Amino acid sequence: MGQTITQKILARNAGRDRVAPGENIWIDVDTLMTHDVCGPPTIGIFKREFGEDAKVWDPDKLVILPDHYIFTEDPHARRNIDILRDFAAQHDLPHYYDVGTSRYKGVCHVALAEEGFNRPGTVLFGTDSHSCTSGAFGMFSTGVGNTDAALIMGTGKIWVKVPETLRFVFEGTLPPWLMAKDLILSVIGDVGFEGGTYCALEFDGQAVFDLSMEERMTLTNMAIEAGGKNGVIAADEKTFEHVRARTDRPFDPVWSDPDAAWLQERVYDVSNMEPVVAKPHRPDNRATVSEVAGTKLDRAYIGSCTGGKLEDFEAAAKILQGEEVRIDTFVVPASTEVTRQMHERTLNGKTLWQVFVDAGCKMGHASCGACLGGPIDTFGRTQGTEVVISTTNRNFPGRMGSKQSAVYLASPLTVAASAVQGTITDPRTVLA
Amino acid sequence: MDDIIQGKAYVLGDSIDTDQIIPAAHLVYSMTVPDERKQYGRYALSGLPTDQQGLPEGNLPFTPDDMFESEYRIVIAGSNFGCGSSREHAPFSLMVAGAKAVVAQSYARIFYRNAVDGGFIIPFESRLRLVDHIRTGDEIRIDVRAGLLTHVEAGEEWLLNPLGDIADILKAGNVFEYARQAGFMK
Ligand code: SF4
Repeated sequence: MGQTITQKILARNAGRDRVAPGENIWIDVDTLMTHDVCGPPTIGIFKREFGEDAKVWDPDKLVILPDHYIFTEDPHARRNIDILRDFAAQHDLPHYYDVGTSRYKGVCHVALAEEGFNRPGTVLFGTDSHSCTSGAFGMFSTGVGNTDAALIMGTGKIWVKVPETLRFVFEGTLPPWLMAKDLILSVIGDVGFEGGTYCALEFDGQAVFDLSMEERMTLTNMAIEAGGKNGVIAADEKTFEHVRARTDRPFDPVWSDPDAAWLQERVYDVSNMEPVVAKPHRPDNRATVSEVAGTKLDRAYIGSCTGGKLEDFEAAAKILQGEEVRIDTFVVPASTEVTRQMHERTLNGKTLWQVFVDAGCKMGHASCGACLGGPIDTFGRTQGTEVVISTTNRNFPGRMGSKQSAVYLASPLTVAASAVQGTITDPRTVLA
Repeated sequence: MDDIIQGKAYVLGDSIDTDQIIPAAHLVYSMTVPDERKQYGRYALSGLPTDQQGLPEGNLPFTPDDMFESEYRIVIAGSNFGCGSSREHAPFSLMVAGAKAVVAQSYARIFYRNAVDGGFIIPFESRLRLVDHIRTGDEIRIDVRAGLLTHVEAGEEWLLNPLGDIADILKAGNVFEYARQAGFMK
């Protein structure tokens, strides 16, 4: 019996030839990522368990990317940054991206890809549930809590249960009105948002390999919304090109064997899929956009690790150029690099940034922003009964701030079309 | 690991996510400074919509306004408890509020792992949907070793799923003790 890509990576980092689903194994970690919300408590636990002056197992493998609560006056949030800064200085950490400096990046999962930390065949753990995003690079990546992260910080090791794999095969050619967000919301709607619990979600098929790296990241990003442990897409030439442009570090990719065992396989033909949304208050509460078209909205939000990448803004700009939004529309680039590119890339002679400004959008700073609500003064945070359409990945009660607000999740195309109309709008009616 | 856990039950529905367990706005508090740590008890489960606070009636906050500890010791929930973010603050906040165990039909894996590896609370699984049999405020006893849950007043008993793999970590106390036993840590 062959092995899946997930099994092979875990086996290698456990120093073994093969591992079977359900086994508990100890593995070596290649990269540990943490941020401003979970970094400080992780550091606290690390010091408690290993000693005040203990050394990080390998400073070169620790990446600290403050991104969650950055543009806020909240004193506790600011203290968290101070803790990270002191720790980075104390340990002389090479991969700390400090707030308020030119090194500051923004949302961790996007920055990991930009800075070349995502490398095929490697193992990454992050103190953030969307750490599964990095799996788009043919690697194993998953989210853990502070305790597990502190153990890794001190030892470089962690125990993990080898997951079964669910395989999603996307065939056909993606129509211009569909995006990776539509594909993954459809998957989550189909399997339910605990349908992938404890499992690896592997995405395969020509339509997946036709996607850019950014769009692939949107697929793996939301593996967790189906309960998945990790999302993974095998590496191909596009992956190698992306990685080699950003790092000289070596990597050694692996691929699933043709006779690997899948717990389940689902095949989709993307050429006849429709734009979808997740209705409030669950990411698996799927409806086609045409079913909910006309729903009145108060606000639109384009941002986050899943919907605030350069291509997300390129897609939205296609619809917003020359238009004016009818509802408050918040634009929050995932990273400073995305912001920079939005000022550079042009569409019919205007920078992307200018397209959004001219359409009447409110422009924010690179960070998680209101994706997770956050401190009360967070840009774009809901404060009342707003009905929001958003490119983010979660719509649980209170996720964007107020418990009374209601959030629809959708692709950047659908969000932009809806912002123009003030009601949920099918991008096909605009792009046609 | 306690042998017996006894106290009042707090009953919830399905898919209680980490934002409902501890809303993101409160994650700024230190988990170690005592004066701030207790805020996690105050805000535990404060993200629940009011009609979902303590089923079947609802409107029963887990921790009363301006208190730091809950009167409930055991959380009873449906499926997929703890879905959403990886914040360890979620099982931590339940512990700080005074809860000792959660009994759910199923868990999101990061919450489950955090509860166990941090040694915060014991996440029991029950095949039966206990949410339909227990009301918020009912006195419940769990015999941890036997995996037996008793409704004290009614005298009804239900078997919980065996703890399985995690029993070793729970017995060790947390993942650090477990790692020491495995020889990965001094
Ligand atoms: S953008 Fe949202 S989902 Fe992504 S890391 Fe930040 S808070 Fe989490």
